[in-house]
Amino acid sequence: MSVGVESPLAPAPGRGKLTGPGIGQGGARAATILRRFGSLIALAALILLNLALTPHFATMQTLSVNLTQICTIVIVGVGMTLVIATGGIDLSVGSLMAIAGALAPGFFTGALFHGTNLYVNIALSIIVPVGVAGLFGLFNGWLVSHFRIQPIIATLVLFIAGRGIAQVWTNGDLQVFKMPEFQAIALGHVLGVPFQVWIMLALVVVSAWILRRTVFGRQILAVGGNEPAARLAGVPVSRVKRLVYVASGLCSGIAGLIVIAMNSAADANLIGMGMELDAIAAVAVGGTLLSGGRATIVGTLIGAMIIQLVRYTLLANGVPDSAALIAKAVLIVFAVWLQRQERA
Amino acid sequence: MSVQPLLSMRGIDKSFGVAPALIGASLDVMPGEVMALIGQNGAGKSTMIKVLNGYCGKDGGDITFDGKPWAAASPQAAQRSGVSTIFQEINLIPFRSVTENIYLGREIRNAAGFLKWRSMHEGARALLAAFAVNIDVGAPLGHFSTAIQQMVAIARAVSFNAKLVIMDESTSSLDEQEVGVLFQTIRQLKAQGVSVIFVSHKLDELYKVCDRVTVMRDGRTVAVAEMTEMTKLQLVACMLGRDLADVRKQGATAFSTAAHAAGAEILVVDHLAVGRRVSDARLSIRKGEIVGLAGLLGSGRTETARAIFGADDHQAGSIRYDGRPVRFREPREAIAAGLGFCSEDRKHEGIVPGMSVRENLTLALLPALSRSGVVDETRQRQIVDRFIKDIGIKCASPEQPIRELSGGNQQKVLLARWLCMNPKLLIFDEPTRGIDVGAKAEIQKLIRRLADDGLGVLMISSEIEEIVEGADRTFVLRDGATVAEFDRSTASEHALMSVMAHGEGA
Repeated sequence: MSVGVESPLAPAPGRGKLTGPGIGQGGARAATILRRFGSLIALAALILLNLALTPHFATMQTLSVNLTQICTIVIVGVGMTLVIATGGIDLSVGSLMAIAGALAPGFFTGALFHGTNLYVNIALSIIVPVGVAGLFGLFNGWLVSHFRIQPIIATLVLFIAGRGIAQVWTNGDLQVFKMPEFQAIALGHVLGVPFQVWIMLALVVVSAWILRRTVFGRQILAVGGNEPAARLAGVPVSRVKRLVYVASGLCSGIAGLIVIAMNSAADANLIGMGMELDAIAAVAVGGTLLSGGRATIVGTLIGAMIIQLVRYTLLANGVPDSAALIAKAVLIVFAVWLQRQERA
Repeated sequence: MSVQPLLSMRGIDKSFGVAPALIGASLDVMPGEVMALIGQNGAGKSTMIKVLNGYCGKDGGDITFDGKPWAAASPQAAQRSGVSTIFQEINLIPFRSVTENIYLGREIRNAAGFLKWRSMHEGARALLAAFAVNIDVGAPLGHFSTAIQQMVAIARAVSFNAKLVIMDESTSSLDEQEVGVLFQTIRQLKAQGVSVIFVSHKLDELYKVCDRVTVMRDGRTVAVAEMTEMTKLQLVACMLGRDLADVRKQGATAFSTAAHAAGAEILVVDHLAVGRRVSDARLSIRKGEIVGLAGLLGSGRTETARAIFGADDHQAGSIRYDGRPVRFREPREAIAAGLGFCSEDRKHEGIVPGMSVRENLTLALLPALSRSGVVDETRQRQIVDRFIKDIGIKCASPEQPIRELSGGNQQKVLLARWLCMNPKLLIFDEPTRGIDVGAKAEIQKLIRRLADDGLGVLMISSEIEEIVEGADRTFVLRDGATVAEFDRSTASEHALMSVMAHGEGA
């Protein structure tokens, strides 16, 4: 931009901006509040609406059902939030869930590993599949950071191939099992709350803390906020990108195990089907900027809750599931519209 | 002489937001004339072209083209009416064939609406043959060299019966031979009676191919002359806004001009080659010294600085830092060694707009501010508060998003980002561009203070008085090579401009 000749008597920079509220500041403040707490307000409104409309809403049963419904979405959504915070996207999450889910039964059916100690077998059946999903996540991150492939294309590779790998691994067969000690990760209860909900909450708290307090977390947001600037400030951009895809892979692996534990069966064709879109929807509704640079993990949890609660409200009040899908779409459009408003 | 100009732009005003980009600018082009349009970054050349070809509207002024009032609604409309623009980045489709690119948007169809490929191929071939380009018109455009792609773009322009072709830095990505071919084409256009507006930063080129020159500065047209009537030195002086008769003026900058003691050499760069832009850059910096890096736009200053900092790779040459040879592969490595780099492009390479002043200030320092990966927020706040006070950053609070700050204050935050690292060498690329007068003086003073404290400083600037008054020593780049070195006693605006224009030492 050209710099005109300015008078040395001009006010010092920034001063005009600081003193006195400018025009439209009230509106800007309202927008800020809506941005920060919009999803929370929406959730509260939905709960109030249900308390008024839906019979037997305020029960532990309702809470349990709804939380169990969103568990896997939120767990995958945590990883997805980190990826989206860097300006990326991970389409492969559902396929990675399938891979982890297809691998796990092998450890306690003895198909993969003949351990004598039951708990060693169960530990392996958790660690190995989650680790493998993490490695596939590393592959995604490597494609994105090393070859600079657009994330949507890079993760499309495993979106397609990942489910294929899971199917080849299981010969396309359904693996049915009964292993209460393993299935406790989904079906067990602690303090009356399903164990998987505890896993979800733990992941949300830990990753929200990482994003907020650690160097890694701030670097994620810097990369998403302005990648060239982050690089020139010494942020290891490639490593940050690789790690968020690894995180997304690990989260997907955990979600895959919860799914098979709930079903007492691993079906590579179905585990995590459509999960990428549910997770992205939760992230978007939760208030994370899809172009990167601003992210909220708790928002993703709230986003998933809102989507689930809208669906539940409609179902509980006799609206068919097909119509609930439309409501979900409207919700996403509204959330994205809200994001665009504040950018303008 | 009663030949009417083909194009006449008079009193053109244009503002983007509050910033004026054009202030009563004018431009005349005669039929069959090649007009050079030159100026520094932000002088208004591009805006002028955009107003002409309908990319954006004008706020005031008149345009007459071919005897009629002119108002193009879009570059496409302008093209149909006889004004074609060939942009710096060729805006054709590399994956489609040459023919398709030439006929894009006006394909020849038969009665049933199907494409008549054969006549299109023939047409494309004939068109290119007129420019002595014989290529397979069925092959994707991307298969050919940049020069050929330029020719295709020009051929496409001509096939619209263009009366005026605008070339915006067309030669910047061409090698010498390709430039020759392009000039041949321009002469051919001229012979056909087509006028050309030629935007370039390479002065030598202008003399080879242009008839007249229009110089712009700060949104105004400051000179129009026959190419042969202006020396290179006059052109440079005109672009930079310096009066040749009066280049010795008293301090316009906040740099004190006293001599400064300098310490040991901290950086020595020799025979550096980076991409197409830098072929043989040489410079050295001592501790406690501000070294100026001068040169015209496109002379390779930023590329040299980025290569030193490890942001771009270099192909040849050596860099010695603190006595040992280095080759930083990433900025991170350079930072670890004690370097810092303030980019000329604050918005795209400096600030992280959504983050707070606090976070922007400590972005580079974060790893050192943490205990096992967790940010020590108490220490972070202390450091941020100290720098906000020390260098006078005006912000509502450290938590204010940096994008809400003025340019000068953003620049101070970026400066503080490096200062809190205790660097040994700082590179400033246009440290005061786009910053108001008050903040500019503060930043210049600060840079001087840093050097006096023993820091090595490399300062790139397009403002010649900033270099002359601020730098202890100055290296001048011209077309990617260091052509001269000055110290305080020899550096003058006249001497610097002379070297920028001609290349040989003054």
